Amino acid sequence: MANTTLEKNNFKENIIKEFKKFENHLNSSSLVALHDLRKDALKHFDTLGFPDRKDEEWKYTNTDLITKHDFHQDFSINTTSLYAKEIKKFFIPELDANIAVLVNGKYSDDLSNIKDDSNKIYISSFKEVRKKHSDIFNTHFAKYADYKTNSFTALNTAFACDSIFIYVPDGNKIKDPVIILNISDTKKPNTLLQPRNLIISGKDSSVTLIDLNYTVGNNHSLNNTVTEIFADKNSELNLYKIQSEGDKSFHIGTTQVHQEEYSKFNSATISWGGSITRNNLNSLLNGEGCECNFDGAFVLSGNQHVDNHTLVDHAVPNCQSNEFYKGILGDNSVGVFNGKIIVRKDAQKTNAYQSNKNILLTKTAAMNSKPQLEIFADDVRCSHGATTGQLNEDELFYLRTRGIDKKEARITLLFAFASEIIQKIKVEPLKNILFDMLHNKLKKGS
Amino acid sequence: MSGEDKILDELAGKKYKYGFVTDIELDTIPKGLNEDTIRFISAKKKEPKFMLDWRLNAYRNWLKMKEPTWANIHYPPIDYQDIVYYAAPKQRTKLNNLDELAPEIKATYDKLGIPLEEQMVLAGVAVDAVMDSVSVATTYKDKLSELGIIFSSMSDAIKDHPELIEKYLGSVVPQGDNYFAALNSAVFSDGSFIYIPKGVRSPMELSTYFRINAAFTGQFERTLIVADEGSYVSYLEGCTAPIRDENQLHAAVVELVAHDNAEIKYSTVQNWYPGDKEGKGGIYNFVTKRGICAGVNSKISWTQVETGSSITWKYPSVILKGENAIGEFYSVAMTNNYQQADTGTKMIHLGKNTKSRIVSKGISAGHSNNSYRGLVRVTKSADNVKNFSQCDSLLMGDKCGAHTFPYFEIKNNTATVEHEATTSKIKDEILFYCNQRGIPEEDAVALIVNGYAKEILNNLPMEFAVEAQKLLAVSLEGSVG
Repeated sequence: MANTTLEKNNFKENIIKEFKKFENHLNSSSLVALHDLRKDALKHFDTLGFPDRKDEEWKYTNTDLITKHDFHQDFSINTTSLYAKEIKKFFIPELDANIAVLVNGKYSDDLSNIKDDSNKIYISSFKEVRKKHSDIFNTHFAKYADYKTNSFTALNTAFACDSIFIYVPDGNKIKDPVIILNISDTKKPNTLLQPRNLIISGKDSSVTLIDLNYTVGNNHSLNNTVTEIFADKNSELNLYKIQSEGDKSFHIGTTQVHQEEYSKFNSATISWGGSITRNNLNSLLNGEGCECNFDGAFVLSGNQHVDNHTLVDHAVPNCQSNEFYKGILGDNSVGVFNGKIIVRKDAQKTNAYQSNKNILLTKTAAMNSKPQLEIFADDVRCSHGATTGQLNEDELFYLRTRGIDKKEARITLLFAFASEIIQKIKVEPLKNILFDMLHNKLKKGS
Repeated sequence: MSGEDKILDELAGKKYKYGFVTDIELDTIPKGLNEDTIRFISAKKKEPKFMLDWRLNAYRNWLKMKEPTWANIHYPPIDYQDIVYYAAPKQRTKLNNLDELAPEIKATYDKLGIPLEEQMVLAGVAVDAVMDSVSVATTYKDKLSELGIIFSSMSDAIKDHPELIEKYLGSVVPQGDNYFAALNSAVFSDGSFIYIPKGVRSPMELSTYFRINAAFTGQFERTLIVADEGSYVSYLEGCTAPIRDENQLHAAVVELVAHDNAEIKYSTVQNWYPGDKEGKGGIYNFVTKRGICAGVNSKISWTQVETGSSITWKYPSVILKGENAIGEFYSVAMTNNYQQADTGTKMIHLGKNTKSRIVSKGISAGHSNNSYRGLVRVTKSADNVKNFSQCDSLLMGDKCGAHTFPYFEIKNNTATVEHEATTSKIKDEILFYCNQRGIPEEDAVALIVNGYAKEILNNLPMEFAVEAQKLLAVSLEGSVG
C-alpha cells in the first residue's frame, strides 16, 4: 500500500451534513429517546473521525481506500428498489426458513417472507417494534456495540433507522433458521448502507441465523453494518455470516454479542467477496458457564483484503471459548487476523483456545496475523496458535501419483483445508451451497 | 564609546563559546540536558569531532521525537531535565572485609553461589583484597589481544579505533531509531566494544572479565559487537547479583553485526533493583537491542533472563539479511510485586533461506504484569523462510497479568511460520506431589519454575545457568502462600 498520496475528500463532513436530511425523513414524534441517542452518536463520530493506520486496531487495514469515495445513504422511505425476481437467486434451495430481506439497510416487507408464527419468534423492522416490544427494544438497543470509541459503530448508530429486530421469547426453540438477506443495491454510484440489527434470544431459547451479504449492480458501495446480539440465560444462538459481495463493495461489519449464564454462541464467518472487508466479531461472556465458538474462513483472490477482528472477553469464571480461523490467499490479496482474548481478574477456570492457519498461494499475497492474549487470572488454560505456510508438497505429490492433475490436486487440498470450517455449520442446505461456492472460488482463483 | 569599551561590550554580549572547557575539571555537571551537556560529555571523553557531531545529531533527532506509549506499561512521566547526564564513576565507600556487608545482601550472594572474590568486588571491598581476580582479568586481556580480538570500553575504542566506530556505530540502531535509542546516542557514557577478526573463535566467554567490571556500568550504556567473517563470540552482559542503582532511568543500546559465517551469542542476566514490595522505586529499563546477520550463514542468538527492574521495555531483534542466516531469541522474564515487563523480539527476514526461532517464557507473580510482544516479518524477497515461535506464560496468584502480543506479517508464500502460546498456572497436583515428598511449597515452586525455564537457561554459559536458576528461586521469594 505505497500509495499514501490519496486525495482526501470530505466524506466525513458530507455525511455529518446529511444528518439534517436524514432527520427530515424520520417520523421523529415517538422515538425521542432513540433520536437523542443518534445525536449523541453523531457527536462521537464527529470527534472520532475515521481511524487511520496509526490506530493499533486498524494497523493493517487502510480506511483511506474506503473513505476516499464520497458515499451517500438513501433516506427515503418505502422504496424498495429491487424486484423479487432479482433477489431470488440469493435464496438457499431446499431450506425452510424465515427470510428477512434488507435492501440497502432497510427492511423490505414485500420481499421478506416471514411465516406467520409470531408467538414463537418475532421478526420485524424497527418501526414495527414500537407496537409490541418497545420495552425490550429500549432495554437492549445500543447497549452492547460501543459507539463511544468505535467510529464506524458511531456512524451506524447515528443513522440507525429501519433494520431488523429479532426476538425469541423465553423457552422457544426455533427449528427453521432465519435468513437475513442483506443486499446492497449499487445500481446508483457510491451507495452507503448502514444496516442495524438487534437480536435477542430469551431464556432457554434457541435460534439459528444466516446472515447473507450480496450485491446487485456494479458500483462502489460501503456496507457499514452493526448487529447486536443478546443471548439470555441458557439460550443457544448460531450465527452464520456469508460475505459474498461484489468486487467494488466495502464491508465494515460489527457484531457485538452479550452472553448470559450458560448461553452458547456459535458462529461461522465466511468471506470470499468484496473489495475490502472488515469483520469485527466481539463477545462478552458475562455469565458463568458460557460457551463461545468463533469459526471463520476466508478465500481471497485478486486485490481482495479481508480483516477478521475478534475479541472474546471473559468477564466471569467458568466459561470457555474456541476460535478457529483459516485463510487461503491468492493473487495480490491481503488477509488479516487479529484475535484477542481477554481474561478478566476474576474469570478463573477459563478455557480459551484460538487458532489461525493460513495458506499463501502466490508471492504477492500477504498475511498479517496478530493473535493476542491478555490474562489477569491465574487458574486458566489459554492457548493460541498461528501458522502461515504453503500447500504441502508431499500431499500434492501423493495426489499426482494417483493421476490427478496439478490444478485439480491443488483445488482438492485447498478445498479440504477450507471445508474444515464449513463442516461445522449445522444447516445442511447452507453447507451445500457453501461447498459449491468454495469450489467455484478456488477454480477461478487458483 | 572608546574602542576599548566597544571591545569589552562585544565580548560581554557574546555567549562564551568555550564555556564547557572550564568545567571539564569537574566530575559532574548539573542536572539537565542541552547541547552543552553533550559537548561536555564528548570533551570529557576526549572524543574525535565525528563523535560529537554524531551525538549532537542524535540529540536534535531526539528533540523532535515523542516518548512511545504503545507498550503495556504504566509509569509517571519522566523528567528528562531532572537527570545528571554525566558523572565520573563514584568512589564507593570501601569495606575492609565482607563481614561489614549488610547481612541480607550477603545472604543473597550466598544463595546465588557467587564466588567469594567476586562477592568482594561487587560489594566494593577494597581492591587489594581481590588482587587475584583483577590479575586474572589482565591475563585474559593479554590472551585476547594476541588473537587480535579487540575488547575494550567504548570510550577507549572511540579513541583507539575510530575507523571501526565510525563504520559500525549506529549502523544497526540508527540515531533516530526510537526515542530512547536517540537519547542514548546523544548522551551515552560508556559501554563495551568487541571486534573479532576474521576466522577467530573467541577462546573464552567474554563474560568473566566483564562481570568484574559490570558493577560500575553506567546509566546510558552503549555496546557494539562486530564479528568479522567466520568468527565466533559469546558475550554475557549483566550480573545475577542484585544491583542497586540510584539512577532510575536506564536507556541502553546494543548493536551486533555478524558478517559471513560469523556467530554471535549474546546472553543477558538482568537483575536491577525492581522496587520494593509496594512498587516504590526501581529501575526503568528502556533498552534497544538489535543485531544484523549481514553475511551469509551468519547467526545471532539472544538469550535473556530478566528478573529485575520495575519496568522492562526491551525487544532484542535480529535482521536476517544474509542468505541462510539464523536468528534466535530465548527469554525468561520474571516479574513479581509491582514489576512490569513488556519484552519480546523482532525477527525481520530479508534474506533467502533464513530461519528464526523464538522461545519466550514469562512468569508473573504478585501484582505484576508481564507481556510478550514480538514481530515476525517475512518480506517479499525472503524465500523459504522458517520461523517457529513459542510463548508460554505462567501465572502465580490472581492479581498478576500475563499478556501475549505477537505480530506476523508474511509477504512470501514459501514461508513457513508457526506460533504457539499458552498461559497456565502451576497445577495443584504437581505441587501436592512435591509436598508429599517433603519438599516445602516455596522450594517446590522454584523447582517447577526452573523446569519450566530450563530450555532457556540451558542456552546460557554454564556457570551462569547455575546462578540464573538460583536467581529465579530468589526472585520468587514471597510470591508463594
